Amino acid sequence: MKLKQFLMAGVMLLPMPVTAWAQLATYTPVTDARLSSPEPQNWLMYRGNYEGWGYSPLKQITDKNVSKLEVAWAYSTGELEGHEAPPIVNNGYMYIATPNNQVIALEATTGRELWHYKKQIPPELSQLHPTSRGVSLYGNKLFLLTTDANLVALDAVTGKELWVKPIADWQDGYYSTLAPLIAKGKVMVGASGGEYGVRGFVAAYDPESGEKLWQTYTVPAPGEPGGDTWPPEKYQHGGGSIWITGSYDKDTGLAYWGTGNAAPWLAETRPGDNLYTSSVIALDAETGAIKGFHQYHPNDGWDWDEVSAPLLVTVKRDGQDKKALVHAGRDGYLWVLGRSKDEISFLDGWPYVTQDVFKSIDPKTGRPTYDPAKIPGIGKTVHFCPSLWGGKDWVPEAYSPDTGLYYVPANNNLCSELTGETAKYTRGELYIGVSLPNILTNVRMTEASKTHIGEVQAWDLNTKKQAWVHTYPEMNWGPLMTTAGNLVFGGGTNDRKFHAFDAANGKMLWEFPTNSGVVGVPSSFEIDGVQYIAVQAGWGVDSQRMQGAFDAVLNHKTVVPEGGVVWVFKLPK
Amino acid sequence: MAFKNPRSLSRVGDRPCFGRRKTLQLAMGAVAASVVRPAVAAEAPFPNLGDHLVRITDEGTYTPLRVSDIEKSAKPVIAYPYDVATNTVRSESRLNKVLLVYFDPAQMDVEAQKYAAGGVLGFSAICTHQGCEVSEWAPDSRDLLCFCHFSKYAPLKAAHVIAGPAPRSLPALPLALKDDELVVAGHFSAPPGAARA
Repeated sequence: MKLKQFLMAGVMLLPMPVTAWAQLATYTPVTDARLSSPEPQNWLMYRGNYEGWGYSPLKQITDKNVSKLEVAWAYSTGELEGHEAPPIVNNGYMYIATPNNQVIALEATTGRELWHYKKQIPPELSQLHPTSRGVSLYGNKLFLLTTDANLVALDAVTGKELWVKPIADWQDGYYSTLAPLIAKGKVMVGASGGEYGVRGFVAAYDPESGEKLWQTYTVPAPGEPGGDTWPPEKYQHGGGSIWITGSYDKDTGLAYWGTGNAAPWLAETRPGDNLYTSSVIALDAETGAIKGFHQYHPNDGWDWDEVSAPLLVTVKRDGQDKKALVHAGRDGYLWVLGRSKDEISFLDGWPYVTQDVFKSIDPKTGRPTYDPAKIPGIGKTVHFCPSLWGGKDWVPEAYSPDTGLYYVPANNNLCSELTGETAKYTRGELYIGVSLPNILTNVRMTEASKTHIGEVQAWDLNTKKQAWVHTYPEMNWGPLMTTAGNLVFGGGTNDRKFHAFDAANGKMLWEFPTNSGVVGVPSSFEIDGVQYIAVQAGWGVDSQRMQGAFDAVLNHKTVVPEGGVVWVFKLPK
Repeated sequence: MAFKNPRSLSRVGDRPCFGRRKTLQLAMGAVAASVVRPAVAAEAPFPNLGDHLVRITDEGTYTPLRVSDIEKSAKPVIAYPYDVATNTVRSESRLNKVLLVYFDPAQMDVEAQKYAAGGVLGFSAICTHQGCEVSEWAPDSRDLLCFCHFSKYAPLKAAHVIAGPAPRSLPALPLALKDDELVVAGHFSAPPGAARA
């Protein structure tokens, strides 16, 4: 057989990848209407809907058949570090954000790469949180925030860079890892950098031109409302980072953002409440005006960022439906707040993990009273619970309108020990007030830690009772997703597993060992009548740091392999 | 001896920077007279041959460092190169940061000894993983530690990676002594910083 004939015969024997090379449908522009009422088959934004539920209405995969779930395809991202972004899906197009400021566009049914983009960043840049929590879509564009504090607009079909706008100066310590919030035709962004002494803000940009439309600081200046809650010389480096995408009330036009802790860490260095740090703020998406706020805990001293935006839910109080916000705080309390067009009001708060800092909370305002012995200070060593990573860190909760339950990925039975020291601000340098060796070994176990630490909790927000809890021996850094198939999905454990639970009773129904730990936000989509579950595996950033702290205090060490892979699952035919 | 830096140390914009031509001149001179053959060509604004090493104080002054300023087997001292000819501290780039540690030379391996002067070793202070600062010190094991992802380097083995995700050793900076002051005797053994696209 001649070579050409041999090769031809080989080609004939191979199954033809018809689907892989099929032409993708024309790209469907993302509109305000689609974002307000996202189709069940797509996952158009960070949490699937403006309310922040992390809920898919798809129900082909259910509690009855999820045990048969199998891999549809997988794709290596080529990056190490924490892969935290959800696969965003728009009618056959999937977009993945990875560490190192990369976006990969894939055919959602096969994993075929359509294009990829990687932003060059300055070689001097130190990436304290080298990750991305996702991209956003609007029109025919894709928006990415980067660790050198730029907002990038790409053509969603070709990956071509359309414009790049700095949202802040990375040399001041600003960086951004969140997926922009798009509402009212505006691209809303925020920046981190509290550990470098930045002044946090939310800003909005025009999606066409990249022009900045408004900017609202999370730390007011003297003379502004709330400015008197700071020593006058402290506000410019007061922290209040924005870490995570806001939620949005399409009826009122208000965007809700969680804010980071005040900088530096030690409360005594900045007497006052330090508004609007460790808070939720309600911003008018049109103007950026602050329409309401609730500070979960004033004058933070524990590194308890309240980074997650609250979920928008409706709860029953006194027999009446009440529009509410719910947030599982890093401070270890589960907060339920009322929401309206002009205020945020306190409804309830109770501890969902071991918490020994609050002696009480005011039943009318929710303001906590602290145990003075539990407030770290300069030269003062303090043991407190929960740990500085909190009952729940950035990792998103989820809500199911079918079960009416609210699901929390928690770390319980975990405490910290911190000793304060003076902090001096130097541009671009760490500005913390606790030594790095102390932070690296801050974790303190308790007797209860021997039973378990990680939890997936389910709460009935009407009765304020825990419906069920599933426990893990060590940490849980797994973002949660609920589906109409009575399922809760989440990873987060250091055994590389991705899990599915019965949403009603918490029974674990399926688990799958991936290549690495799963700290990615899951998503679900449907194409040609097939439902898919998608998630990125790739251990890193905070999960890896907590693992390092565990390794420092436990008598065993755990190796969690690094490396990003997109995993997509479906039922067998 | 302490100098008041003639320019603000906290501002980059008004700091004199080396032009490309000046840098190349310095680099060529360094190659011609280097004590240790450089592994890579110098790139602005990395330390150059003959630079002194200084510690910057909170008040913005800087002090040339001597061997006696580096505590033995202790937490590293962070320094910047200082160009005597132009009276310039090369602090415009954090990639220029050098960490200095002091050990008994008999404890060093052959490669580390090649870079040391008077028992002092100098390495890039920037982690090769994600570019965080290698500022921490494990006193029991006498290792250098990056706080971001727990990469550990063994200074006695020329900052070889012994734990964590760092992909390569910290670049070593050849040192020499001039009247007991620490001076740069060559270029970093590899480009400092994280290798990123």
